[in-house]
Parts: sequence; structure tokens; C-alpha cells
Amino acid sequence: MALFTDILISFFLVISGVFGLVGSFGLVKLHGSMQRLHAPTKAAALGVGGVLIASMLYFLLVEGSFSFHELLITLFVFLTAPITASFIAKAFMVGNLRPEDLPETGGAYGWAVYDDPPAQDQHKDGGEK
Amino acid sequence: MISVALTFAFGCYAISLLFNLWRIARGPDVADRILALDTMVINVIALLILFGILKGTPIYYEVSMLLAMVGFVSTVAYCRFILRGDIIE
Repeated sequence: MALFTDILISFFLVISGVFGLVGSFGLVKLHGSMQRLHAPTKAAALGVGGVLIASMLYFLLVEGSFSFHELLITLFVFLTAPITASFIAKAFMVGNLRPEDLPETGGAYGWAVYDDPPAQDQHKDGGEK
Repeated sequence: MISVALTFAFGCYAISLLFNLWRIARGPDVADRILALDTMVINVIALLILFGILKGTPIYYEVSMLLAMVGFVSTVAYCRFILRGDIIE
């Protein structure tokens, strides 16, 4: 049983290390900013997830104590990763793309990156139509 | 066996931090630098939890939770500053 526990924890540790390394290597290797956005947001989240699973198993099986803090960190990282990626993509757009390069929004207003948000009364008029 | 795997994971994340630093120094665009900083925060969170396993103490969960929050807020603030020229309008 102790051997099985060791193998399980070591497996998650190695997996998370490899994923973290792959994510950061993709940051160096890929060409173009929008391609580079792929690597860390996915692989680093998996790396942190693996470390947290290994930590949870270690404290549960070896130390004999259980806490929910790991789940909190996992939840927080997984919730904030897409928001961060969206903001970084917007920061890239504002520096490198012109509004003419983008497709139409299909709505009454332009892209939020380039245009100011519509005024409140205008928005109400649009909603009533 | 756990100590060997821990050393391996420490090495992986150390090399990852060097890669991120290279991208921060080199990055042609400001978005690359923000992305590399964000990845650096994620890697440091993983390193802190690994250090907690090494020392066998759960005190580092609070540290990594705080670091996750501060890292998220700082990334969003940096992006807001690039987007609008102001953080809180």
C-alpha cells in the first residue's frame, strides 16, 4: 500500500512537471503572439492541477490530514485563466490590429476594444426596438 | 521515490521560469510580456505547493492562494492599462 501511494504521488508530480515545462517551452517555441497564448493557459493550468492533486494525495495518505485549500486554489486558477487569456488577447488587438481588419460585430455597436461603450440611454433605445 | 519525483518537478519548473524570463526579455509585443508574467505567477504557485510538500507543512497553501489572487489582479490591471490607458475609470 505504501508503495502504491508513492507511485501515485510520484506519477502526478512527474506529470505536472512535464506539463509545466511543455507550457513554458511553448511560450518560447511558438511563433506569433496569438499562438503563444495557447501554450501557457492550458498546460500551466494542468501543471498546477497535477501539483495540487499530488499535494492533496500526499497530505491525505502520508500525513493523514485533509484540507479543501487545494480545491480552492484549483478552482481559482481554472476560473481566472480564461479571463486572463481574453484580456491578453484584447491587449494584443489594441496594439496590432486595426478596426478595419476585423469582421463586423453584427450588432449596432463596434468592437468594445476600439469603441467606447454605448451610453446608457442609447442602449435602452436599442433594446426597445 | 517521492523525493526523486519532487526533485524532477522542481527542476522542470525552474527551467520553465527561465523560459518565461527569456520571453519577458525578448517578447516583441507587450502582450507577450504580460502573458509571460502571468505564466511565471502560475509556475511560482506550483513551486510553492511543491515546497509545501517537501517541508510537509500545509502553511504554503495560504501563500499560493494569495499569490494566485495577486497575480490575477496584476495581470488584469496591466491589460486594462494597455487597453484604456487607465486601470479604474
